[in-house]
Amino acid sequence: MLLIKCPWCGPRDEHEFRCGGQSHIARPGPPEAVSDEEWSRYMFERINPRGVHYERWVHAFGCRRWFNIARSTADHTIFAVYRMTDAAPQLDGSGESGQ
Amino acid sequence: MASRYSAWRLLKEGLRGQRGWQPAWRDPEPRGRYDVVLVGGGGHGLATAYYLAKTHGVQSIAVLEKGWLGGGNTGRNTTVIRSNYYYPESAALYDLSVRLYEGLSRELNYNVMFSQRGMVMVGHSRHDLEAMARWAGAMQINGVDCEILTREEVGRLVPALDLSPTARYPVHGGIIQRRGGTARHDAVAWGYARAADALGVDIIQNCEVTGFVRSPKGTIIGVETTRGGILADKVGLAAAGHTSLLGEMAGFSLPLTSYALQAFVSEPVKPVIDTVVLSLATGTYISQSDKGGLVIGGGLDLYPSYAQRGNLPVARSVLGAIVDQYPSLGRVRFLRQWAGIVDVSPDSSPILGDTPVPGLYMNCGWGTGGFKAIPAGGTLFAHHLATGRPHPLAEAFGLDRFARGALIDEAAASGIAH
Repeated sequence: MLLIKCPWCGPRDEHEFRCGGQSHIARPGPPEAVSDEEWSRYMFERINPRGVHYERWVHAFGCRRWFNIARSTADHTIFAVYRMTDAAPQLDGSGESGQ
Repeated sequence: MASRYSAWRLLKEGLRGQRGWQPAWRDPEPRGRYDVVLVGGGGHGLATAYYLAKTHGVQSIAVLEKGWLGGGNTGRNTTVIRSNYYYPESAALYDLSVRLYEGLSRELNYNVMFSQRGMVMVGHSRHDLEAMARWAGAMQINGVDCEILTREEVGRLVPALDLSPTARYPVHGGIIQRRGGTARHDAVAWGYARAADALGVDIIQNCEVTGFVRSPKGTIIGVETTRGGILADKVGLAAAGHTSLLGEMAGFSLPLTSYALQAFVSEPVKPVIDTVVLSLATGTYISQSDKGGLVIGGGLDLYPSYAQRGNLPVARSVLGAIVDQYPSLGRVRFLRQWAGIVDVSPDSSPILGDTPVPGLYMNCGWGTGGFKAIPAGGTLFAHHLATGRPHPLAEAFGLDRFARGALIDEAAASGIAH
């Protein structure tokens, strides 16, 4: 069970949230210059790491706002919670929490 | 080779104090070179090795397994076998698998305990019934057996279901694939391992792939492992939820996300459910093993994970939905809970064949439905590795379908969480 620190509501139980998958995916453009292969990578390919994963979450049963989490997919440790417009934090993998 | 198993052999060994049995497969040291190296010693890797040797006559094959044989998703699933898919491509693929399962015990001389006890899908609303009528029609057009059941027929097949009008999940009707059922999951891995070993395949356990060997042109010509380097003409990946990590080593990413899928088994109880029952609205399913344990599964955990344990909120919702449907099971105690790491593709269909790198091939993306597909996955992957071209049934499932927009979107079509 995760305890997730919503940037607006504070620490809440994991079942109030929904995970929206990998974050920081840049939409390619302009559309007429993008090949089918490049669209396919943008639409479907995911990095799917075993380790730190930068992902979007929404506080679905709370403030309903989106934010980012840096979380380990190996043991689910949450390293950092940051806003949608923030750049991904540089983590050294030591488990240092950004909360 | 290990001698054949039979009733006569069982009797003979019983009279001789069980002293004549041999190990079912060898434990060889890896050689420096093979024609084909398969990464992943689960059902798909072992079945691929078996069909490569048996059907295509490939002489020198190794299966590399980082843990123990069948210790990944092959040993972590809920053993359900069915072909109730919507699109013709999927129906042809999964129905081939059901047909191969029907003859598998004889083919492998190993009892995989395939029990065609029927797969009942229960609808809890008028809208569920409409979706299921469409689904049943598609299955019949695809040549897969399927019948529509009334509420009373569902009640006769599954007496433990709460049919009362005040039930939390009222039963409005259902459909059944009578050829669906369950099999002994370990036996499928062990049967293929024993049969492949008898044909000369080296099954190498505790051997993790840590990198790839490349030619100067970039073609993959082997693997680096924890037990040394091994060269190969072709390398095939059959690593389920860990395929992305192998792709990363080889320098490409894939349209896959790894999730934990949980399963649960109860203490053994007297016979109470003699089919497999899937609830459409809750995405939960239940069957009873020959030992009496209730085997229960549901949807995926809610976020990407490589931790083979599963999270509590999903366990609570799955088990809550089961108890609401079967009130008499409310006080049954659990024996075990576990999770496997499944590789979910955007259209919930497998990805078969070429990777972006020459010399490297893949069989992945089976998501939550890999066990039922083991014989077909092995047949198709062996065909591709042996001939260099996709099997006719695998043509629609190539990686190129994502750029072409030719997705086979089974998640939406069959209304199930995988």
